[in-house]
Amino acid sequence: MSVLLVAEHNNKELKPFTLNAVTAASQMDTDLHAVIIGNNCGDAAKKLSELPLVKKVIQVEAAHYENFVAENFAPVIVKLAANYSHVVCSANTFGKNLMPRIAASLDTSQVSDIIKVISADTFLRPIYAGNAFATVKSKDPKKCITIRPTSFDPCESSGGSAPIEKAEPSEEFNNTKFVKREEIKSDRPELGTARVVVSGGRGMQSGDNFKLITSVADKLNAAIGASRAAVDAGYISNDHQVGQTGKVVVPDLYIAIGISGAIQHLAGMKESKVIVAINKDGEAPIFSVADYGLEADLFEAVPQFIDELNKLNTIQK
Amino acid sequence: MKILVAVKRVIDYNVQVRVKEDNTGVVTENVKMSTNPPDDNAIEEAVKIKESGKATEVVAVSVGEEKAQETVRKALAVGADRGILIKADGILEPLAVSKLLQKIVEKEKPDLVFMGKQAIDDDCNQTGQMLSSLLNWPQATFASKIEIKDKKLEVTREIDEGLETIEINIPAIVTCDLRLNEPRYASLPNIMKAKKKPIEQINASDLGVDTSPRIEQIKVEEPPKRKAGIKVKSVAELVQKLKNEAKVI
Repeated sequence: MSVLLVAEHNNKELKPFTLNAVTAASQMDTDLHAVIIGNNCGDAAKKLSELPLVKKVIQVEAAHYENFVAENFAPVIVKLAANYSHVVCSANTFGKNLMPRIAASLDTSQVSDIIKVISADTFLRPIYAGNAFATVKSKDPKKCITIRPTSFDPCESSGGSAPIEKAEPSEEFNNTKFVKREEIKSDRPELGTARVVVSGGRGMQSGDNFKLITSVADKLNAAIGASRAAVDAGYISNDHQVGQTGKVVVPDLYIAIGISGAIQHLAGMKESKVIVAINKDGEAPIFSVADYGLEADLFEAVPQFIDELNKLNTIQK
Repeated sequence: MKILVAVKRVIDYNVQVRVKEDNTGVVTENVKMSTNPPDDNAIEEAVKIKESGKATEVVAVSVGEEKAQETVRKALAVGADRGILIKADGILEPLAVSKLLQKIVEKEKPDLVFMGKQAIDDDCNQTGQMLSSLLNWPQATFASKIEIKDKKLEVTREIDEGLETIEINIPAIVTCDLRLNEPRYASLPNIMKAKKKPIEQINASDLGVDTSPRIEQIKVEEPPKRKAGIKVKSVAELVQKLKNEAKVI
């Protein structure tokens, strides 16, 4: 029994959620190996070898791994999987795209998006957008598991010195070609990993009014979120969307402004440690999950909130 | 060009899902059912491609109990030409569904297979990728834009970092994001017309696929409830609570 973790990286550095996935994988079995597939990804492989929980790193390099195309990644992982009881990666768009391709090749019924490891074969996972939690036991000889990164703490990132072994690349899959990636660049913390998230909803009434959200976010060094209603209304681009069909966030502080709290939004933020809601409708469902609710017109309350934050002068980076 | 679109019947997205008292699953009796929302986007896109003259036939397929026929019928009402229902009872895991769909692909020989990126009931996000793996076809998951270029598709994908564009050769699988398009409503005349369109019924057991579950569902529970919070009276009180009580600012 040993576990193979598929590392997510950008060829230079590990993506932060790889550390959360290592924690989850180590709870399935402590004999944990990590595979890194890329092009000129030696720096990232070295960082992977420094994670104390990782016992061995397998590095696979080829030009066709440069852009993380699942059709290229899957065959090499399927081959390596012969030596492992579990294949694990994060349930973000990288892992969601990749893991089922591996699982089908291994004739394994994948367990997606787990939030807790109960034992090596039994896991807890949310279904119906988090409206129910299912405890499931995989009966397949090999397990393919994706983990919800925000449900596991990141592992220690230094102090280890696992050996790095090279493995042979598989052939290129010629029917899929990467064209381009347009990354949203921002000075702000990333929505998925920010300590504080400030979100606006349909109550903002216009894209222009999102400046209020930006001002609060500036004060708190926060990421900016939005409800699906705000995205659909065109107030803000969809990469800010928090919820079942957007990102699931678990910050220390989540501030929902002008958000009523539709089921699909709550699914994306209700595990946050502290939730604040500012809404003029006292009956809005968002108040049922808020630790601190303020029933007020946001156009009066938010400028006051910014003033009060200015007085405190405790911007936390 | 022929497009096969897979649609799933699920609890309507506006229904507040309730867990059964015996913890064996969620309540589905007397609950409104609908097409899985991103599957509506998949049908819409296929029908749009047909309307643009680039496809000749759109076939809708569903896997599930007899009532899943309604879901196929709805796809016919918005423009699919004919339907297939693979009848199977009980829990079907994505691996089993993708094996059944593989059989239909082998029989129908479509150029493209579309479906939603994820079902909102089991939230697995697997079937499209698994089907593409079984067929060894290219996959474009989480598609928010599709352009047909001769024997190729250029697809824009919604990824965590932003947007990614890939080019895939036909035949291919595309899983659709909600942002791909705005699904139309079926008009009454089209609903009437759809009643005359054929739906072929096939028993899953006749397709030679083992659909027995590989995952044992031990129990289904309510998620832990958040304890009720408080309402503050003013912004000043809110800031004081956040600073001194919650200690988060």
